[in-house]
Amino acid sequence: MKKIFSRPRSLKKAVFHYCPGCGHSIIHRITCEVIDELGIQDRAIGVPPPGCSVFAYYYFDVDMVESAHGRGAAVATGIKRAHPESVVFTYQGDGDLAAIGTAETLHAANRGENITAIFINNAVYGMTGGQMAPTTLLGMKTTTSPFGREDKYEGHPIKMSEILAQVNGACYIERTAVNSPANIRKTQKAITRAFRNQIEGLGYSLVEILSPCPTNWKMSPVEAWQWIDDVMSKEFPLGLIKDTTGRGDAH
Amino acid sequence: MTGNAAIAEAAIRAGCRCYFGYPITPQNELTEYMAAHLSRREGCAFIQAESEISAVNMVYGASVAGARAMTSSSSPGISLKQEGISYLAACQLPSVIVNMSRGGPGLGSISASQSDYFQSTRGGGHGDYRTIVLAPASVQELADLTRRAFELADKYLIPVIILGDGMLGQMMEPVEFKHEAPSALPVRAGALRGAKGRHSRFVRTFTSNPAELEEVNWSLFRRYQLIQKQEASCENYLTEDAALVVTAFGIAARIAKGAIKQARALGLRVGMFRPVTLWPFPSEQLKELSKRAKYFLDFEMNMGQMIDDVRLALEGGGDVSFYGRPGGVIPNPTEVLRVITRVYHQKGLNQ
Repeated sequence: MKKIFSRPRSLKKAVFHYCPGCGHSIIHRITCEVIDELGIQDRAIGVPPPGCSVFAYYYFDVDMVESAHGRGAAVATGIKRAHPESVVFTYQGDGDLAAIGTAETLHAANRGENITAIFINNAVYGMTGGQMAPTTLLGMKTTTSPFGREDKYEGHPIKMSEILAQVNGACYIERTAVNSPANIRKTQKAITRAFRNQIEGLGYSLVEILSPCPTNWKMSPVEAWQWIDDVMSKEFPLGLIKDTTGRGDAH
Repeated sequence: MTGNAAIAEAAIRAGCRCYFGYPITPQNELTEYMAAHLSRREGCAFIQAESEISAVNMVYGASVAGARAMTSSSSPGISLKQEGISYLAACQLPSVIVNMSRGGPGLGSISASQSDYFQSTRGGGHGDYRTIVLAPASVQELADLTRRAFELADKYLIPVIILGDGMLGQMMEPVEFKHEAPSALPVRAGALRGAKGRHSRFVRTFTSNPAELEEVNWSLFRRYQLIQKQEASCENYLTEDAALVVTAFGIAARIAKGAIKQARALGLRVGMFRPVTLWPFPSEQLKELSKRAKYFLDFEMNMGQMIDDVRLALEGGGDVSFYGRPGGVIPNPTEVLRVITRVYHQKGLNQ
């Protein structure tokens, strides 16, 4: 019998600790598939954040170093500058990349650091129990926006991909989602491009992934997938946001 | 050569190829020297980071990849780096952090001060950790101890702080470099360079298991004990026959030395005990000295920080007076001589 589906080599044989319906496990898997496809398992160095995905090093079978909250882009910069042959990626949530690590992210992009950022946007702080994130939608209730986020008091959801697109050193920015098989395939293609850009030395690449957090959204996994389509992607439109690579192989 | 430039040149000669900094007075000459010598050079990295926080995290990244890496700043910037220093200590990543300290608290002043003694010697950031702290007192010693800092960092897998001050950083003195820069250093064992020909590795600090973290703390503690045993160092200046021993570190010791020379000319039997390592504090050496000297005058450019370690080392065995000038005020030797003379007479040492 021919084997047509198996665990990626870069994914350790471990049981994910993530909640049912969480996007992390899907994104871990497809990132590992990309690492396998590009043959970079022995060059890749991952930088996971504090938060639910802090244990990413239990799953990714590549070298990994934990970063302080928000400092992933600076840590990745240090690794890449000290060891340019490596393929360095950060794995960051919305609180990490769009709040505490805004400066690190923006300036790494502006320097055109040749690194890849995988940016998980689930509109909440997951591990700490569902507090308001910089990307929390208006009207959305969280433990720290119990009356619903209101621009007058809590500001608007911040669109980091659009902000980063203004920065010359960023060569590729795309927003995708993992709420359907089709979107998961698109996400995988985007991650592939983001890694290929680095391998070709083109500069900073970022894939923002709208990812379900059914636990903190207080929804079933199916409702969470639907909510990304119906609500979240209206605020954070999916698609290519910036591409100056000139490769023209956008899907 | 300025003290700041001497540190930079010594670091390069120690094989440091990765420097990340952020402008702050009075240490800018160091960053500028590194910019001139490390940027646009193959195999080197220089970045003027967007903040001190980013700079120290770049050091963390470069160190995890096996490079000799360094950052520098001055007091307010060092406060920002404490997050990163805690992670460097937790991950046991060798690294060198230079603090050319200035007056505080707050934005304080840009003048030389020693008010960061506690911050430097008690870990500085969150968590139960220490860093080695070296306190040079001349430009030559800045250069020598910079090399030593990289060696100690690699030997004990620990961040090492060089605690200077604005005056040492800015002053110019002749300096001799005893080593040529190596072409390339071997990559440190345990570095993350990609899992080529081996299993993948990870470097982390977080664990959800307190027992596991307790073991990490124990293993750090055991290493700290070893460092305390092996690396404490000090300078004894004219202490053999001293009735009064001035305890001072860094630039304050330099000022005190001038005062002691004048005191000796007046026939006062005064000497000086100068810790070169602030952590580990040379407690044994001071305790030993207290067998023949009973009177101590602790002199610092702060309101009394090292004096705690002096008293702990003496275990109540000596008579300790204190003179301090905080806020970036730099006392001259004549002022210190007046204090020495007063204490000398008050304690009846001229009898």
